[in-house]
Amino acid sequence: MASLITCPHCGSRPKEEFSIRGDALPQRPAAHAPDEAWHAYVYLRDNVKGVIFEHWHHVGGCRRYLVVERDNVSHDVLSVTDAARFRRAAASGQDGVVAAGKDLA
Amino acid sequence: MRYSALDIVRQAFSGNRHWKPVWREPQPKAHYDVIIVGGGGHGLSTAYYLAKEFGITNIAVLEKGYIGSGNVGRNTTIIRSNYLLEGNEPFYEFSMKLWEGLEQDFNYNAMVSQRGVINLFHSDGQRDAYARRGNAMMMHGVDAQLLDREEVRKMMPYLNFDHARFPVLGGLLQKRGGTARHDAVAWGYARGADQRGVDLIQHCEVTGIRRDEAGRVLGVETSKGFIGCNKLALATAGHTSVTGQMAGLRLPIETHVLQAFVSEGLKPVIHNVITYGAGHFYISQSDKGGLVFGADIDYYSSYAQRGNLATVEHTIEEGVSLIPGLSRVKVLRAWGGVMDMSMDGSPIIDRTPIDNLYLNCGWCYGGFKATPASGFCFAHLIAKDEPHYTARFLRLDRFERGLAIDEGGKGPQPNLH
Amino acid sequence: MTPHRLSTGGLVNRAMPLRFSFDGKPLKGFAGDTLSSALLANGQMLMGRSFKYHRPRGPVTAGSAEPNALVTLGEGARSEPNARATVAELYEGMAARSQNRWPSLSYDVGSVNSLFSPFLSAGFYYKTFMWPASFWEKVYEPLIRRAAGLGRAVMAPDPDRYEKAWAHCDLLVIGAGPTGLMATLAAARAGLRVILADEDFRQGGSLLSETAVVGGLPAADFAAAILAELETLSNVTLMARTTVFGWYDDMVFGAVEKVQKHVALPDPDLPVERVWRIVAKRALLATGAEERPLAFGGNDRPGVMTAGAARTYLNRYGVAVGRKVAVFANGGSGYRTAADLTAAGIDVTAIIDPRTEISRAQVDLAGESLRILSGASVTATRGRLGLAGLVAERSGHEEVIDCDALLMSGGWSPVVHLLCQRGRKPVWSVAHQAFLAPDVGAAFVPAGSAAGLARLSACLRDGAEKAVALARDLGFAAYDTDIPPVEGEYDPAFAPLWYVQGSKGKAFVDFQNDVTVGDLSLSQREAFGHIEHTKRYTTGGMATDQGKLGNVNTIGIVSGMRGVSPEAVGTTTFRPFYTPVSFGALAGTARAEQARPTRRSPLHGWAARHGAVFVEAGLWHRSAWFPRAGEKTWREAVDREVLTVRENAGLCDVSTLGKIEIFGTQAAEFLNRVYSNAFLKLSVGKARYGLMLREDGIVFDDGTTSRLGPNHYVMTTTTAYAAEVMAHLDYCAQVLFPELDVRFASTTDQWAQMSLAGPKSRIILQRLVEDDLSDSAFPFLAAREVTLKGGLAARLFRISFSGELAYELAVPAGFGEAVADHLMEAGREDGICAYGVEALNVLRIEKGHVTHSELDGRTTADDVGLGRMMALQKPDFIGKRLSTRFGLTAADRLQMVGLKPIEPDAEIRAGAHLLKENAKPSTTNDQGFVSSACYSPTLGRHIALALLKSGRERIGEKILVWDRLRESEVLAEVCSPVFVDPDNLKLRD
Repeated sequence: MASLITCPHCGSRPKEEFSIRGDALPQRPAAHAPDEAWHAYVYLRDNVKGVIFEHWHHVGGCRRYLVVERDNVSHDVLSVTDAARFRRAAASGQDGVVAAGKDLA
Repeated sequence: MRYSALDIVRQAFSGNRHWKPVWREPQPKAHYDVIIVGGGGHGLSTAYYLAKEFGITNIAVLEKGYIGSGNVGRNTTIIRSNYLLEGNEPFYEFSMKLWEGLEQDFNYNAMVSQRGVINLFHSDGQRDAYARRGNAMMMHGVDAQLLDREEVRKMMPYLNFDHARFPVLGGLLQKRGGTARHDAVAWGYARGADQRGVDLIQHCEVTGIRRDEAGRVLGVETSKGFIGCNKLALATAGHTSVTGQMAGLRLPIETHVLQAFVSEGLKPVIHNVITYGAGHFYISQSDKGGLVFGADIDYYSSYAQRGNLATVEHTIEEGVSLIPGLSRVKVLRAWGGVMDMSMDGSPIIDRTPIDNLYLNCGWCYGGFKATPASGFCFAHLIAKDEPHYTARFLRLDRFERGLAIDEGGKGPQPNLH
Repeated sequence: MTPHRLSTGGLVNRAMPLRFSFDGKPLKGFAGDTLSSALLANGQMLMGRSFKYHRPRGPVTAGSAEPNALVTLGEGARSEPNARATVAELYEGMAARSQNRWPSLSYDVGSVNSLFSPFLSAGFYYKTFMWPASFWEKVYEPLIRRAAGLGRAVMAPDPDRYEKAWAHCDLLVIGAGPTGLMATLAAARAGLRVILADEDFRQGGSLLSETAVVGGLPAADFAAAILAELETLSNVTLMARTTVFGWYDDMVFGAVEKVQKHVALPDPDLPVERVWRIVAKRALLATGAEERPLAFGGNDRPGVMTAGAARTYLNRYGVAVGRKVAVFANGGSGYRTAADLTAAGIDVTAIIDPRTEISRAQVDLAGESLRILSGASVTATRGRLGLAGLVAERSGHEEVIDCDALLMSGGWSPVVHLLCQRGRKPVWSVAHQAFLAPDVGAAFVPAGSAAGLARLSACLRDGAEKAVALARDLGFAAYDTDIPPVEGEYDPAFAPLWYVQGSKGKAFVDFQNDVTVGDLSLSQREAFGHIEHTKRYTTGGMATDQGKLGNVNTIGIVSGMRGVSPEAVGTTTFRPFYTPVSFGALAGTARAEQARPTRRSPLHGWAARHGAVFVEAGLWHRSAWFPRAGEKTWREAVDREVLTVRENAGLCDVSTLGKIEIFGTQAAEFLNRVYSNAFLKLSVGKARYGLMLREDGIVFDDGTTSRLGPNHYVMTTTTAYAAEVMAHLDYCAQVLFPELDVRFASTTDQWAQMSLAGPKSRIILQRLVEDDLSDSAFPFLAAREVTLKGGLAARLFRISFSGELAYELAVPAGFGEAVADHLMEAGREDGICAYGVEALNVLRIEKGHVTHSELDGRTTADDVGLGRMMALQKPDFIGKRLSTRFGLTAADRLQMVGLKPIEPDAEIRAGAHLLKENAKPSTTNDQGFVSSACYSPTLGRHIALALLKSGRERIGEKILVWDRLRESEVLAEVCSPVFVDPDNLKLRD
């Protein structure tokens, strides 16, 4: 993972082309959501040891945000999805984004 | 056993056969007043100061590996107190004062060496920012000097002055900054704590936190069975979210890997600790002669204590662009440590919503230099249930309240700090 | 012929003698020698000094694990410290120098340390040097530092070139010994793209030192024959002199190729070293095994080395390491070596073997004439700078044996380093009495002796078979390769001997760092029993060889002391680099002025022609000021530029501002969400200043955005934050609001943009522009396409950073210089001047406009007086929700104000802090700081912008500008941050 990422748009590319943003699962709350929800969104992280979903921005390529599903202990990459597609799929409960869906629902 | 010059001589003449173990290897008791999870620098110093300064000695330090196996044994050994913000500077200066008396205090030579830490600047804007920081330090009575290009050149003629992509314009120097021998810091605190009755229990992994119906912590489940306690203190930076999760805490932290490096041994060539301002690169030379250096984190979430080649290359590019003479020196070893990257780049020493659970975390890159004050302030908090004066801003609720301590001005994205 | 060079034999090229020097002494060797083989040929066994005790040392190995024979190679800026003589390829004119000795290698004052060794036991420094307290840094530490270290870095700029490259393959074979060659051949025949990397300058590995006959050929000829075939295959890349130093995620391997480290004067058109990132679908570790030294008293005397090393010096280099050689071995390697030496006519005085039962095959190998002392051990050695003899002990009986070389063999350790670099630890094998590689999955496997195999024939077979398996795994049709028969291979069986009980004198386990069995024992006594503690306390395994020789012995010895198996002791962590890699190679071309890219504005040439002094601004070079003849200081130029702008007009290059072209039916809605102020109602043809926040409510960046069409906007950002803003917009559009129809692209490099500011700017500009620029036709904040005379379409924005009547004109980058030239020409009669970012900064401070000096990532909109930009009535925007938290709205926050020194001549500098008059300096009394300061030629005095606690309530107060760092204290009056034209009359002129 952390040496090479297979971008769904550009193919296998080296880490140097990407900028990493962080946890891809927190979803921006509605404007009127409670303070706790906003605090959690901006500041709190599950930070699990194991499989995570993380935003990688392909700045040196297609400039798309990708959701990289990855084991942060073994560094194995399990899937790479365009972030907008990931978001839409999660919102509509499609498979494809499976594991993440439950957290996004 | 207290070390003295006489001891060294006496032992030398008897073949060094009578040195005693530096700490016991006790079995855990059923219950302690305080359990500290994490036998790294911060956990050990917390135990030491609890015993020495606050009179609490019925303590266990639980370490899943060996004493000092975390970041205290895996860093670039820099100590300094050159911070900008009110939330940080007094705390780190407190730490520096403790460093200055540490060896006499715990009777162990941690090789604290105040060889000066310089932060180089490469633009007028950066000079102004460092001037602001230097004045903030002096406001708190801390030494700081703003050097111009020629003064820096005199101190470090080997920096790239003539063919630099980002010319050195000067630097902010803290003479009292420097380095300490990282392992010895852990061992010195461990020995000091052990001598005061603290049980250091190695190879004891905490697997759960047992709480009563009211939510109070009763003790911890471990690989050596359940151990009860009145107060539970977490000092598990790098894995804070994992241990925090055992008590249902969700924290403002992401875990990242930071690599560090050492070169082959060289005759003395770099006297000070140097920080490159046009990138992110810091270097010093150990007493053994190795150049110890590092740069940025790998930027992705990681609990693996190893990094990737891209970051290695980036680090060394910065090094050679700052110090061209390094080009023919060889890098010996790279290692990786995992760290709590907090949401504002500053640490947390605080109680938690669970009233006998205490938290020490979020040290980002900077935990080593904080080791003494972190332990002292955490011990203060545990013993007195109120924060030490110098750590009063390092609170868990500062994010909710809009009181982030953001030295870098980077905002709530942990890998930018 | 030099004293130890045999008259025949070896793979060196005797027809090509090479001259070289060691410590200034001229010597001769042959092409194909390493420095150490050439030194040994010249009878120079003493090559270095150890780290702590400065003990005299010769080579222990003939390869990359060498701990002792470290030298400095090359001269002047080409000096390379700590080069291993055992792998340094000899070249004509090589200049080598010994290290860590004074005044000379044979007489080193530092060796006095040996006498004090009882005081210098492991970890001694932690227990001492503490009295008196101040002496550590003043006395002890400087002494220790001077004594420590090895080679000397010259710290001069490197005259040579380096580069980096990527390589891709189906199979990477690491090591070109018997296993690797057969593997490569099998995989190549199956059609895989194979890279064969080997650290040596001559490929063949152990075959080059081997006396066996393989496939009917002498082993080295067999290796050459396979290499010749591989050379002809287009799908094979042979990478000699290439060390694979690291295994990283996703099967990326780091390797370093020594392209020109074997020449005195490198070709300047080629790199001296090249770092490769090799992406391999599969990899085979064929790195062989390392022979273990034995731990006995005086095992570090020059002349004591591994049997395999002596065999390599003999068979590969035609060098006898001694004339009277003894062997101390617990297995076949010692016997094989003794036999080879005997065959070469060298006197082997005895084989001392701790085993009481020795296999028939091994005894036969030694031959009848060789004396074997079974059940015996070496307990001590004699000699000063070189070996003179040894003491052998058997059943309490001691015997002194004369010898000038002692060859030791303690068995073999597979070289599993790379397979252990990603978290898995090696696994102890009782059968092998060695640590074997962990199972890391099918993509990367060990083969041959790296996998624990001992016999040559087994290695050949294993290499071929594993390659075939990997090929099939990748879907290639691979056929079994014929395995060549081997004649004359030996039985390498051994019984472990971790250390010799009853040793006299120091028995070393880590040669370079001088770690002895006694140190290990002390560490166990003192509770440093965990192998990591043992390592850290004794420094064993921390030398430049990273414990390649010593670590296994350390583990074995500690296991004996603790009464547990080596498995229970475990290993320390394997980490990159397999062998040390130069900074130069890893930096590649990124050095000096090329360390990072340089960005130049399309108007760079124009500015240069006007004499600009350029300044670094991130990656950009921006024009800072434009000095004219007679101006002695930068300030004179800047003051003139500022006054010219205020009185006439000036032209400034603002091309470096980030420019983002935004399209889409919902672009307005998008902008309304990313800016804190309202953007829905911006009309076509208008520009608006916008403020962007981070989600935590802190100001992120500012700039103007103009609506050029119903669904078309152009945004500008600050120069510093252009990339960040673009990434932020990507994030907002793709992740947060993927439902919005909006598209954008950065066009920063596509436009040359210039600011024309000053009361005469309209008159001047009108001379170039077809369109009517009168205030009514083109009012303040107008933004639209105009036509320049001559027909060029341009974008014109009536916006101002200086506070003057001002325009920003953008033209396609290629037209920039021509348009700027025309503007300067058009304005000449009106006194136009070029001005740089310094003047721009003065102009904006005078006007109270903020930059990232004020927007430092901690300030809110309200802090900098832009509270009105917070359109809290909007349902949502980035940063809205958290901007109202207690801490961000507290009454005592720092707020932006202006400062004027009470003494008109007094100067204020940015970075100063603020104190109430007569207040004691302290963190709690700190009132704020000066964010920007300048001399204002308009006002004729120094002025500043500052962030002051509750600042807006304190206008008129006197405050101390406290700049202890620069030893200055200035009393100033707090004032409005807008120093010129507070009513904005000039903007709307």
